[in-house]
Amino acid sequence: MKRYQNLLMMTAVVVLVALPLWMVQKPAPGTDGKEVEIFLGADDQAKDVIGKLAPGFKPWFRPLMEPPSGEIGSLLFALQAALGAGFIGYWYGSSAARARMRRELNKDAQC
Amino acid sequence: MHIMEGFLPVKHAVGWSVASAPVVAYGLYSINKRIREKPEQRMLLGVAAAFTFVLSALKMPSVTGSCSHPTGTGLGAVLFGPAAMAPIGGVVLLFQAILLAHGGLTTLGANIFSMAIVGPFAAAATYRMARTVRLPFGVSIFLAASLGDLLTYVTTSLQLAMAFPDASGGFVASFAKFATIFALTQIPLAISEGLLTVIVFNALARFNLRELKELNVVTAREVQL
Repeated sequence: MKRYQNLLMMTAVVVLVALPLWMVQKPAPGTDGKEVEIFLGADDQAKDVIGKLAPGFKPWFRPLMEPPSGEIGSLLFALQAALGAGFIGYWYGSSAARARMRRELNKDAQC
Repeated sequence: MHIMEGFLPVKHAVGWSVASAPVVAYGLYSINKRIREKPEQRMLLGVAAAFTFVLSALKMPSVTGSCSHPTGTGLGAVLFGPAAMAPIGGVVLLFQAILLAHGGLTTLGANIFSMAIVGPFAAAATYRMARTVRLPFGVSIFLAASLGDLLTYVTTSLQLAMAFPDASGGFVASFAKFATIFALTQIPLAISEGLLTVIVFNALARFNLRELKELNVVTAREVQL
């Protein structure tokens, strides 16, 4: 039952991620003929709103280091996710092995 | 999605940093104390940190047509208490601010306040309340993690609205604008984060039941069931 429940929840997450990709259609290019980009970061949109609310505001500090390209940026994001996922995998694997060994030990003790 | 480098007026940047610093310091103290007393909990602390690393690296699309990422702080907040997540979330935010130009050093205090303080406190409080009214374990975890995620971005919207009030509508109109960007986008992501957190807690309940009991996440009675 538990395994079934986990599978259902994972499916729901995949659906939640996939659904917007299918629902949100790319709008036609505007009058200036520029392609409208979708699925940009929410912080980019916030930047536009700040520009409208406070036209005089200039960011007063620049990032010390910016990924030289989008590719390098995605490399670092992937690295961050991989580090985390790697550790969770290690914990899960060692926990599962420990639980199995304990079960087998108990079985041996009963014979 | 965090407030970008240089995008908070100096006064606000300093204010949020001053507000966050004591919580981060107390969080560090509480983690150190816990590791000294119960070294076997180190592994779970690692899991909580790792979960935040993974989730805050995943930029997901949302129904609003923009992208944002979950926070992953609810898991650790329920396990170790909300203060422990302040330094852990801080490390993630620092990593992204320095290496990825995502968030920023001048906005670090404000971003720690939303993601690593308000989010975890909301998650921990939600979990306690849900358990008090005897909601099932999984449902409580789901609510805690989702609300923690959502409130993080409500806080980001509040912070930006305070810094940039609308010329005619003031703070409220400005908050409505930022909340449409951040909080609305976040709703499906918050649901995803809730579900993923329940999946990890199912594994924790299977392998680390004794630790969950020690951390007062589940009661002794439930362990026997």
